Amino acid sequence: MPIDQIFGIGGTALNAQLIRMNTTASNLANAGTTAPSEGEAFRGKRTIFKALMTEEMTHAGAAYVGGVKVDKIIDDQKPIPKLYDPTNPIADKDGFVYQSNVNEVTEMVELMAASRSYQNNVEVVNTARELMMRTLDIIKA
Amino acid sequence: MELLSTALGVHEKALRVRGERMELLARNIANGDTPHFKSRELDFKAVMTEVLPGETMASTHATHFAFADESGDDDGLRYRVPFNVSMDGNTVEMSVEQAKYGKAAGDYQATLSFLENRVGSIRKALRGD
Repeated sequence: MPIDQIFGIGGTALNAQLIRMNTTASNLANAGTTAPSEGEAFRGKRTIFKALMTEEMTHAGAAYVGGVKVDKIIDDQKPIPKLYDPTNPIADKDGFVYQSNVNEVTEMVELMAASRSYQNNVEVVNTARELMMRTLDIIKA
Repeated sequence: MELLSTALGVHEKALRVRGERMELLARNIANGDTPHFKSRELDFKAVMTEVLPGETMASTHATHFAFADESGDDDGLRYRVPFNVSMDGNTVEMSVEQAKYGKAAGDYQATLSFLENRVGSIRKALRGD
């Protein structure tokens, strides 16, 4: 029955959006970190979504064709800001520290977008649930 | 039991198709942030023709061409043309999908009401009062 598939599809979307929100929270938490070299500096993380279009793409945890999953989490490729701060104990031999490339404003926008998408899917599931309850009540008519 | 199996009429099948449509819209909404995802829509007429055979043109001669919709492999799925194209190739427009989902839920309820009426009449007939 197709209408109960909605719960599964909505569930995969809620899960994906929650991972996106977690990633954003991690980015915000690490926005102020500094590192002694460019390689060790924190790079913002981005989630890439993928639609589950065929049976083969689904797995045991989310066996719903038409849902969505987090395909991969990639590093933001923006340049790492370099700050001259010779008093910092982790500064390199030239006196530089390397900050994270996270932009707080971008992350807040990302967080809002993820939370709106989450709410959308909650509404979808709620509506489907109400209709299903009404379908069950049909026999009482 | 001819009566009972036909009593619900077209609404039983319509409810199934309406459920499918809601599922499809749920898919679109779930993939609102997926890059390159193309929004899809159900051609209600095509699907109803599929589940209700016998309402198409009859071919009376061996050389008659089949009517385009009679091919039998039409799943009724169409790609929606977006109002605005987004940079990541996603054609889901959330407000449009939300509006459609709301309307689809209304349609589903309408079909449910028809079914409720039918079931009510059958119960009345069976009770005989």
